[in-house]
Amino acid sequence: MAAYLLRRFLGSALILLGISLVTFVLLYLLPADPARQIAGRSATAATVESIREQLGLNLPFYERYLRYLGGLLQGDLGRSYIQKTEVNTLIASRLPPSLLLMAAGIFAELLIGLTVGIVAAVRRRTKLDQSLMVFSFVGVSAPQFVVGILLIYVFAYWLGWFPLSGYGTPAHLVLPALTLGFLGAGWYARMMRSSMLDVLQQDFIRTARAKGLGKARVVLRHAVPNALLPVVAMVGIDIGILMSGIVVVEAVFGWPGIGQLAWQAIQRVDIPIIMGVTLVAACAIVIGNLIADMVALFIDPRIKLR
Amino acid sequence: MRVLHELLRRKLAVFGLAVIGVIVTMAVLAPVITPYAPDDQLFEGLTLEGAPLPPGDSFLLGTDLLGRDLFSRLVYGARTSLIIGIVANGVAVIIGAVIGITAGFLRGFVGTLLMRFTDLMMAFPALLLAIVLAAIFTPSLWIVALVIAMVNWVQVARVIYTETISLSERDFVEAERSLGASRLRILVQHIAPHLVSTMVVWATLGIATTVLLEATLSFLGIGVQPPTPSWGNIIFENQTYFTTAPWLVFIPGAAILLLALSFNVVGDALRDILDPKQKGRT
Repeated sequence: MAAYLLRRFLGSALILLGISLVTFVLLYLLPADPARQIAGRSATAATVESIREQLGLNLPFYERYLRYLGGLLQGDLGRSYIQKTEVNTLIASRLPPSLLLMAAGIFAELLIGLTVGIVAAVRRRTKLDQSLMVFSFVGVSAPQFVVGILLIYVFAYWLGWFPLSGYGTPAHLVLPALTLGFLGAGWYARMMRSSMLDVLQQDFIRTARAKGLGKARVVLRHAVPNALLPVVAMVGIDIGILMSGIVVVEAVFGWPGIGQLAWQAIQRVDIPIIMGVTLVAACAIVIGNLIADMVALFIDPRIKLR
Repeated sequence: MRVLHELLRRKLAVFGLAVIGVIVTMAVLAPVITPYAPDDQLFEGLTLEGAPLPPGDSFLLGTDLLGRDLFSRLVYGARTSLIIGIVANGVAVIIGAVIGITAGFLRGFVGTLLMRFTDLMMAFPALLLAIVLAAIFTPSLWIVALVIAMVNWVQVARVIYTETISLSERDFVEAERSLGASRLRILVQHIAPHLVSTMVVWATLGIATTVLLEATLSFLGIGVQPPTPSWGNIIFENQTYFTTAPWLVFIPGAAILLLALSFNVVGDALRDILDPKQKGRT
């Protein structure tokens, strides 16, 4: 077990190293010249050259990467080209809103998804089940930005229940969280339904019924807890999809998180910020996957440790 | 034949096939059925104050901020979505299948290397990768398709890899091997045919993902560039006016939803039919 964990951690570290290399190569290929952008249009060639030297942009590729990696090992993500601030500081200030949004999104998708899945499984092969499954298909097929704009239109502009956009109060959080969770709700509804159907077929459920327990009690006390764990474990794998979702939702709602930070950085070719956010997001994804695997192992110890 | 027959017995799948059929027909016949050219800025397409017209008699689905006919733009936008959906996803399935089969069949050093690379790509935040790639290359229709393919091949590779491994450990493959069949013959004659159904399912479901990703990239302004209409960039161009001209956002939005939904339900039905292990789940 300890050996397995150690190997998984080393593997994850290697993956992160690989991601830093791939991202670095990709950003190296960007046609834009950061030094010229910082210097501005009217700058002389000499100014541009000195900025290039200052930032180490004149060094060969491998030397730049090694320098970056050296900083990374000391927890230093470098300085933003344009904002002239430490990337660490920028990310640290933008991370809390994103984490809040993500947590609320996960809460929304689980709340909607699991409820729909349980109801559909209990009412299997009824009109209700069929319509709930159509709903789950709509959830996974709806473009997030359209869902977001629709929610703003109905609940903020028309009914005036929530603010149009922005960040600060709990009311600001509702619509972005629903938008982020809508996609996942569709997936979780389908997974929870099928997990429930698996559990409901098992012997201990039949025993519980035979003992004369009411249907509600059988479902809520015996079936749901058993069906829940494998589905909730999927949240770890879900982090990647949520990370993509955050970029879109933050853009629609003007949410001041790392998605917005990355998006603005890409438009201004602020390479250190793009690198930083990509690495932070990749870290989250790798950790999420690790947790999902650990939970899976915990649920079913028969899984081979490979 | 059997697959088609089974497909037609499912209401949702029939709905999906019908929608796909209608959208494909409209895209193919675009020049015939559209009343205006998609980038014609019509004088009568704006009110005297210069505002776009809501859906009505003269313009079926209304006009956009520049007085262009939304219906015509939508129909031409369907071409964009379908071309990208089919090309990007086709390329993704091919890359994924080649990597998955090679890694699963060769195993050893090459196999490990390929799958480690796949793991790495899986840990990449997909949308950020697509955005960076789209920023490197000036986005045209084909570039956007390739960018999406480079992001989407990963899951296919994983699934095909697992299937190839489990197939090559099955008895009938072992039997062939003991009969002295060459590795190539085993691969082509005995393993590949069993992977076709998985690839068909992914080729269908993947189009839904691709259509959504294209729309998202275009919505962020880095997908297909105007004036070429795409459902995503129509929304991108008009989103700030969604309170005064909601049709400019919600009609293309509904189109994206319908197309993605259709490919999802058809793909899901195909998986049910082609993969007997999933049977009994519904």
